[in-house]
Amino acid sequence: MKSETGTQAASPAIQRQIHLPFSKAWEISLKSIRIRLLRSVITAAGVCLGIAFYSSVKTSGLFPMSGDPHDPAVIAAGHRQEWLAIMALLVCAVGITNSMLMAVTERFREIGTMKCLGALNRFIVTLFFIEAGLMGLVASVLGWFSGWFIVCVVHLVTEGPHVFTAHVLSASLKQAVISTTIGVVITLLAAIPPAVNAARMPPAVALRTTV
Amino acid sequence: MTAASKPANEYVVRTKGLVKEFTMGGETLRALNGVDLDIIRGEYISIMGPSGSGKSTLFNAIGGLDKPSSGSVFINDVDMAQLDASELAYLRCHTIGYIFQSYNLIPVMTALENVTLPTIFAGMPTDEGIERGIEMLNKVGLGHRLHHRPSELSGGQQQRVAIARSLANRPSIVLADEPTGNLDLKTGTEIIELLRELNKNEGVTIISATHDYKMVDVSDRVVWIRDGKVAKIEERADLDIKVGEIEGEH
Repeated sequence: MKSETGTQAASPAIQRQIHLPFSKAWEISLKSIRIRLLRSVITAAGVCLGIAFYSSVKTSGLFPMSGDPHDPAVIAAGHRQEWLAIMALLVCAVGITNSMLMAVTERFREIGTMKCLGALNRFIVTLFFIEAGLMGLVASVLGWFSGWFIVCVVHLVTEGPHVFTAHVLSASLKQAVISTTIGVVITLLAAIPPAVNAARMPPAVALRTTV
Repeated sequence: MTAASKPANEYVVRTKGLVKEFTMGGETLRALNGVDLDIIRGEYISIMGPSGSGKSTLFNAIGGLDKPSSGSVFINDVDMAQLDASELAYLRCHTIGYIFQSYNLIPVMTALENVTLPTIFAGMPTDEGIERGIEMLNKVGLGHRLHHRPSELSGGQQQRVAIARSLANRPSIVLADEPTGNLDLKTGTEIIELLRELNKNEGVTIISATHDYKMVDVSDRVVWIRDGKVAKIEERADLDIKVGEIEGEH
């Protein structure tokens, strides 16, 4: 009686799970960002603000300081500038880590579900890598630009256009690349370890997680 | 026909001396304490027991969602402990379908995208995956709700999507953990009937952890779990006599 219902016969031998073409991963990641747009924007805003702060401090440093370069007050101001840049970097690192950590942690159940559906750890890490990388890139470029733009406007108004030397412009470009790279790297560093951690959990544990 | 008289390949799942221990606040708790269970291909089996009896732990162990502390689980005569991560993923993708009490749909995906996801992991071409997804959603009666998100669907409808998703890669086993736990009486009954139908028509083995007595009606066998052990196993024949009593309990 049972043998009639057992139409599936013995299942084929177990193979290895390998599939998830990059184009599909890209598509899923993009969709994931787009659909929870508000959440993505808030997460990205954390990254953006951090980088904007860093970028504004670095951009201010590009403009020549008025006064005698040997004056102790001017030297102290230079040191203060460096300190500010380091602090800015720290604040932005902590801010970005906080945003990304939360964004990944609240999706542990989703990660557990995907594993139940046959996702390899690699698939999950790929999805989060694309998502975090994209968000980090867009947010960092925006952040660099806002920081740079505001500081430039301030200098333009207070000191006039003569401060925009070729050196300032070329250094700004360099700053753009550095700020963006820092933003993307910190975003990935903050997002990937919790995603890897969640992917490595037994699915039952990831599914039990409540945030 | 008793379970013992079946030839070995008739068993789709076997567990041997399954033990699962959890450590909580320095105390060790045995959620499973030596479970031996043989599940016949194509049967509808319910694992019943009060909450905390170890049902869900057994469900997780059979589904390869958690590693047992000792003992083994065989799926189609393959020892799950011997599989590496990618073989285990293949098993979860192709051989087993999962249904959960809280549906566990991906909230940002539509019904169709949720059902299609396992076919993507299985490497199925997109068109074929979408076709399969539509076919499965039609099968569970949601052909008109393809592009709705889980938040736009009722609990019963979400569970139907979850059932369609569990069947997407034509698994030989569907594991259901309290599939009616979040549903009202009527919707729960509909879900149970749907599972029974799929079991009869598709020949898929259904293993359901539950404490819903409505499940007893449709089960071929009921395994009673108490304190992490199999307390008793009842066959269909024994059950028929009792259905009246059990229904009376509602």
